[in-house]
Amino acid sequence: MEWLMAERWSPYAVGIGIGILGWAAFFLSDKPIGVSTAFARTAGMVERFFLGPRVLEKRYYKLFPPVIDWEWMLVVGIIVGSLLSALWGNTFHLQWVPDRWSEAIGPSPFPRWIGAAIGGIFIGIGSRWAGGCTSGHGISGTLQLAVSSWLAVICFFISGIATAMVIYRIFP
Amino acid sequence: MLHHVHARHRLQLLIGFIIGIGFGFLLQKGGLTRYDIIIGQLLLEDFTVVKIMVTAIIVGKLGVYSMKQIGLAELHPKPGSFGTSVIGGLIFGIGFGLLGYCPGTIAGAVGQGSLDALFGGVVGIIIGMTFFAAVYPRLEQSVLSIGDFGERTIPQMLKVNPWFVIIPAVAVLSIVLFMLETYR
Repeated sequence: MEWLMAERWSPYAVGIGIGILGWAAFFLSDKPIGVSTAFARTAGMVERFFLGPRVLEKRYYKLFPPVIDWEWMLVVGIIVGSLLSALWGNTFHLQWVPDRWSEAIGPSPFPRWIGAAIGGIFIGIGSRWAGGCTSGHGISGTLQLAVSSWLAVICFFISGIATAMVIYRIFP
Repeated sequence: MLHHVHARHRLQLLIGFIIGIGFGFLLQKGGLTRYDIIIGQLLLEDFTVVKIMVTAIIVGKLGVYSMKQIGLAELHPKPGSFGTSVIGGLIFGIGFGLLGYCPGTIAGAVGQGSLDALFGGVVGIIIGMTFFAAVYPRLEQSVLSIGDFGERTIPQMLKVNPWFVIIPAVAVLSIVLFMLETYR
């Protein structure tokens, strides 16, 4: 069981594994793996908690009702799977500021917290605007050769590379 | 097609959960749940993300199209338009560069103890999505429908047998992997 304890696996082994999970999702559940819709449903649950059931009248929550579905359970599974991997690989640790951010911007948690939250807002808007994220478009959509997904994933990376370059190469 | 399995709601929730565990496990072992790895990719220093994605796409598409060929699976390509994929994609990328996680990997980051992911990123994503849900009715008939191409795949667009696209695509993606391994 030494391989379970390894800190990292070869990217090719991981890629093959994710590809095979993609088959399993199509075969067993007739669904492509995707993540961002589950977050949209969660957003609906949060809104309903604070504002009451009238939020269910919103057009978007009629299309994506705030309910626990296959994809929502998939996301719960991702948290558990990553926790198991981190525990066995001895890489679990509570950390506020990633090393790379700390070197470039500083070890204080507050700027990282704000940066992560603003980044999250863009991810939230962008993934729903595009109708998917790096999983739904980036892996499941591209493997189906969907036009929308190839276009989206190219744009994810163009804009992601530009943003990272501004933060790390131009701004400091 | 396993229609009788697909129809069982509670079983499906369990299958989703189990596939999620596998996915989260692999994301973490691959390093994709780490900010440093994602930023390394976006700065074009560390190509782990591309290696994993390209390998998954090659393996995934050979298997899924083979299953489709023998009637074991159906495709579900996402609908889209220039308005959704290009504009949404570019907005997403800004967040990708700032946050250093995406929705799938951030769930994994939460699992491995990254507090910036849990208290910063996840909260931001939820806020962003409630904002999107609020403005969606105004976007729906305007910007989101610019250049609509529907649930189209590349082989359908080119009107060719899918394997005429899959085989060359697998060849090109394999060359990409080979070059990354050789020259990076």
